[in-house]
Amino acid sequence: MNLIDDAIPPAWHGTYTLFKKELFRFWRVAFQTVASPILTALLYLLIFSHALDGHVQVYKGVPYKAFLIPGLIMMSLLQNAFANSSSSLVQSKIMGSIVFVLLTPLTYLQFFIAFLAAAIIRGFLVGFSIYIVAIWFVDLPIMHPLWIFAFALLGSALLGTFGIIAGIWADKFDQMAAFQNFVIMPLTFLSGVFYSIHSLPPIWQTISKFNPFFYMIDGFRYGFFGQADISPWISIVVVVAFLLALAWLCLKMLKSGYKLRG
Amino acid sequence: MPMSVNQSVPAIKIEQVHKHFGDLHVLKGIDLTINQGEFFALLGPNGAGKSTLINILAGLLKSTQGNIAIMGHNVVNDYQAARLNLGVVPQELVFDPFFNVREMLRFQAGYFGRGRENDAWVDEIIESLGLTDKAHTNMRKLSGGMKRRALIAQALVHKPPVIVLDEPTAGVDVELRQMLWEFIKKLNRDGHTIILTTHYLEEAEALCERVAMMKDGKIVALDTTTNLLSKLPGKNLRLQLGAATLPTSLLPMLKSGQNGVFTLALTDLNQIEFALSELRKANVNIEDMQLIEADLEDVFMSLVGGKSGGV
Repeated sequence: MNLIDDAIPPAWHGTYTLFKKELFRFWRVAFQTVASPILTALLYLLIFSHALDGHVQVYKGVPYKAFLIPGLIMMSLLQNAFANSSSSLVQSKIMGSIVFVLLTPLTYLQFFIAFLAAAIIRGFLVGFSIYIVAIWFVDLPIMHPLWIFAFALLGSALLGTFGIIAGIWADKFDQMAAFQNFVIMPLTFLSGVFYSIHSLPPIWQTISKFNPFFYMIDGFRYGFFGQADISPWISIVVVVAFLLALAWLCLKMLKSGYKLRG
Repeated sequence: MPMSVNQSVPAIKIEQVHKHFGDLHVLKGIDLTINQGEFFALLGPNGAGKSTLINILAGLLKSTQGNIAIMGHNVVNDYQAARLNLGVVPQELVFDPFFNVREMLRFQAGYFGRGRENDAWVDEIIESLGLTDKAHTNMRKLSGGMKRRALIAQALVHKPPVIVLDEPTAGVDVELRQMLWEFIKKLNRDGHTIILTTHYLEEAEALCERVAMMKDGKIVALDTTTNLLSKLPGKNLRLQLGAATLPTSLLPMLKSGQNGVFTLALTDLNQIEFALSELRKANVNIEDMQLIEADLEDVFMSLVGGKSGGV
């Protein structure tokens, strides 16, 4: 760690420290923040693949349990990126320890970068761990690693940003829980983690196309199988557009000091 | 060592600062200049606006109107330089539950752009605040007094020339209060500018050269502690009368009285003779008698008025 610390240029020291603190924060409670989402994803894999494998054919030549894994990886990656920035912010607001960051010369942009980077790392850590465990059980091809990486990065950045917005907005843990249960969960479950939208009635196919999570998961899955519900190029444009819109909103909130500096 | 460059720049310059919270006008045009090296107290009852002023100074709140500069750096336009020059000890015992004392202090220094070269300074603060035994203890497990010390340490990690302590000794036992006073005095001797908000008038009197008294969002008095005290020529006469009661003729002079100990406010030393003769007339036996200088509390009462709560 010291080697990295010394390699950081002084102008980036503040941002790097906040990033490092955010990493340590979730790593100190890794059982809850890393191990438990991995276990949850594996339980999904076990149950759904047992119940549906052989009954459901989504893509030609792709067994259902293989189809399921990229969806589960992406779902966990997105949820954990969101959870990292949002719960850290809500907690430090409620504890009052957010002042220690607010009293420093860190700019709103540096604040954003540090929280975002930590959220991305947590998303990647959880997602990669699920992948490592899952490939013991299932043969999973990797057709286009760059697409996989691109969607993982953009998806975790998008949800990390969304988490910062939610964390600034929420004043209480139950508001945060409502956000998780009424926004994040329905959007992930209805995004095609467990199915291809081609299997849905036309009206639900249309509705799914308004869900940004659908594009993240579909594009991510394309990287593994080389086939998806829609072209990854469309997905990446949609995801980048959502990311830019949320980042703009988030930076605007941080710059104005909304709910942080009265 | 503080990194002061220009001795003539005031440590803190507050100009016409107003703060509204909705309809509430909490600060009503505060003007205040505090010079480098001063030991300054900001006094006032609860709700006077002390903490609001401190929070604006620290950038935690925005003023509705007016300017504040720390060591010549505006807290809004030039906030990075302003915050590098300022250390704030918050009033609430806030802490980050994930880390131990040393980790937390190193992180805090890092936010201010300081790297491992600062670790020796962090250890020095830990030692001088008596936190060495607790350096590896999680913040959550510290006692209230230890948390207070850690908070003070946290404000010092980046060696700020100006230090603001918001009620540093609230809820602190006598022993720790003495220790903190000595520590803060040493910081001041080393060249730091100290601004203290406090409820304890005794604290301001013992430590501070200059005092501002706030009431209802305004500064009602601003002077050296000595001058404020000399504005009240009166002294106090404390009488211990045992079971006897005070003669009615002395009641107009009575400041306080309980358990047979009565304090009379004197405007003139001749009143001592009067008081003694009245007591003799009433056949009251004086068990003990003391002549006491007026204190800041008297000044405060005469300015803020009434038996205001929270003082």
